[in-house]
Amino acid sequence: MADTQWLDFEKDIVELHEQLAKARETHEKGKLDMTDMIQGLEEKIEEAKKHVYNNLTGWQKVQISRHPDRPYTLDYIENIATDFIELHGDRHVKDDKAIVGGFASIDGETFMIIGQQKGRNTKQRQMRNFGMPNPEGYRKALRLMKLAEKFKKPIITFIDTPGASPGLEAEERGQGEAIARNLFEMATLEVPVICIVIGEGASGGALGIGIGDRVLMMQYTWYSVISPESCSSILWRTWDKKELAAEALKLSATDMLGNGLIDGIIEEPLGGAHHDTATAFKAVKAAIKKEYKALKTLSPDELVNKRIAKFSNMGVYEVLES
Amino acid sequence: MEFEEDDLSGEGSKWYRRRLSGILTKTKDKKATPDGLWEKCSRCKTVVPSKDWIANYYVCPSCQYHDRIGSREYFEILFDNNKFTELDPGLSSGDPLQFTDTAPYTDRIKAAQRKTGLVDAVRTATGKMNDFKLVVSCMDFAFVGGSMGSVVGEKIARGIDYSLEHNIPFLMISKSGGARMMEAAFSLMQMAKTSAKLALLHKAGIPYISLITNPTTGGVTASFAMLGDMNIAEPEALIGFAGPRVIRETIGKDLPKGFQSSEFLLEHGFLDFIVPRTELKEKLTTVLKHIWDKKTHK
Ligand SMILES: [Zn+2]
Repeated sequence: MADTQWLDFEKDIVELHEQLAKARETHEKGKLDMTDMIQGLEEKIEEAKKHVYNNLTGWQKVQISRHPDRPYTLDYIENIATDFIELHGDRHVKDDKAIVGGFASIDGETFMIIGQQKGRNTKQRQMRNFGMPNPEGYRKALRLMKLAEKFKKPIITFIDTPGASPGLEAEERGQGEAIARNLFEMATLEVPVICIVIGEGASGGALGIGIGDRVLMMQYTWYSVISPESCSSILWRTWDKKELAAEALKLSATDMLGNGLIDGIIEEPLGGAHHDTATAFKAVKAAIKKEYKALKTLSPDELVNKRIAKFSNMGVYEVLES
Repeated sequence: MEFEEDDLSGEGSKWYRRRLSGILTKTKDKKATPDGLWEKCSRCKTVVPSKDWIANYYVCPSCQYHDRIGSREYFEILFDNNKFTELDPGLSSGDPLQFTDTAPYTDRIKAAQRKTGLVDAVRTATGKMNDFKLVVSCMDFAFVGGSMGSVVGEKIARGIDYSLEHNIPFLMISKSGGARMMEAAFSLMQMAKTSAKLALLHKAGIPYISLITNPTTGGVTASFAMLGDMNIAEPEALIGFAGPRVIRETIGKDLPKGFQSSEFLLEHGFLDFIVPRTELKEKLTTVLKHIWDKKTHK
């Protein structure tokens, strides 16, 4: 935990950790017996964590979802699957490195796994375009999904993007068309599709790989039509209302499940997946296996009909008397 | 993914003309044509008698500027004798998130309804276009920037259902700043809903023509607007995924001239053709003649 980058609202926990480190140092140097104090501090840390993490605001969850130590798509693939064969390119323009994908095996079963990929350092972040795909990324994802369908392999997508890339080239090559095409094609894929938001689920950029039989969110992630910052700038005309915007958008996993817009939540280790990645990997793998077990009993027609019916039912409106 | 701020108030203040009905409709009494009213083109500033302006389909005769019009005008342009049946006219926004920014969402909706006389940002109708049965969903930019919330998604979905049920071609006229933020993820999922319904229409072999008009951005571009068997657009419309302001801020430069215009999209391969509004009805009819037997509807 020593190298963890702490978030502003984790201040109390950080201070306790510092006290604990000092106590341990004193103890180890043999100056004083600090056993009781160390134990007390450890308990205090657990309490503080529970207090902080069980009362997170929407904005704080957004912060955790963006934590630079969180596992990304390739980390999940590496830790829950074997024999990953990464497949590249959209066959038209290039290989978009903001989306990765390929066949991999989970406990002997082959899946097509696709996801947005962020970078860990400056160079990687640039290469991955901060996890913001260009049209060719969505087209690569679709190509791989159609490949999976051809060979009757189930599909997993990992969603983690601050949005589809906004730029000259993205527009020239049809960002809107690329996302639209994926929504259209994913609706009728004749194999099971499981989508998991593992970090940020921003808008059409997320939805572009998000049409699944099961759409799950990890506990400390967000999914909405716009980021809280952009929402603040447009509706409040200032960047300073991001906390308010995050609440108003009801973008957390619990809100999304409550509103019937996702199918389930994958619990994370207290404080976020980066606090205990092994546990996070285990939880994600268990969720995939559980959902796939239920989905693989359905025929292709049943899958498609249920998937379309599910998305068709989303929306809240009133009927006025005429 | 969002509409620009100015659009919150709609287009109303820009135009001083009065809405006139019946000008394009031969059956209506021509004496109702109001002489003495004038229209000033907002681009070239040419002043034109209102009756000529309207008879030219709200297109400036001098510079071909396509004035922004709504569902009412498009229905009048497309449907024979302006005869049509509106589908699901009573669907109105809920407030699933109890959303409040600087004003409650419900207040914004009520204000938009009062100001525009519309219930939400899309209207769907069915009728005949040169004897072809047609279902048309048409967005109204005047209503909260044509933004897509649950009502827009649901009405389009039901329009497609009607096409499926009766075997009638579907025409979507898009004009929208994108998703409606005040419905957050509900609004996002309308992209999924409408696209999934279009996949069913596609499987059924029923034509879907997408007419894109000025402006169309965000989640509308990234869903039904780009999914036509034919994607067509009015001249010089702004069409894009990211709005120009967002792109300008991202790249830190001014955008090239004509960027994200209909002509730009045609050049890059995302439109089948551009059609001036004055030729819209005839061109659509020709398309349907090629691909559809008008007697096949149920
Ligand atoms: Zn003009």
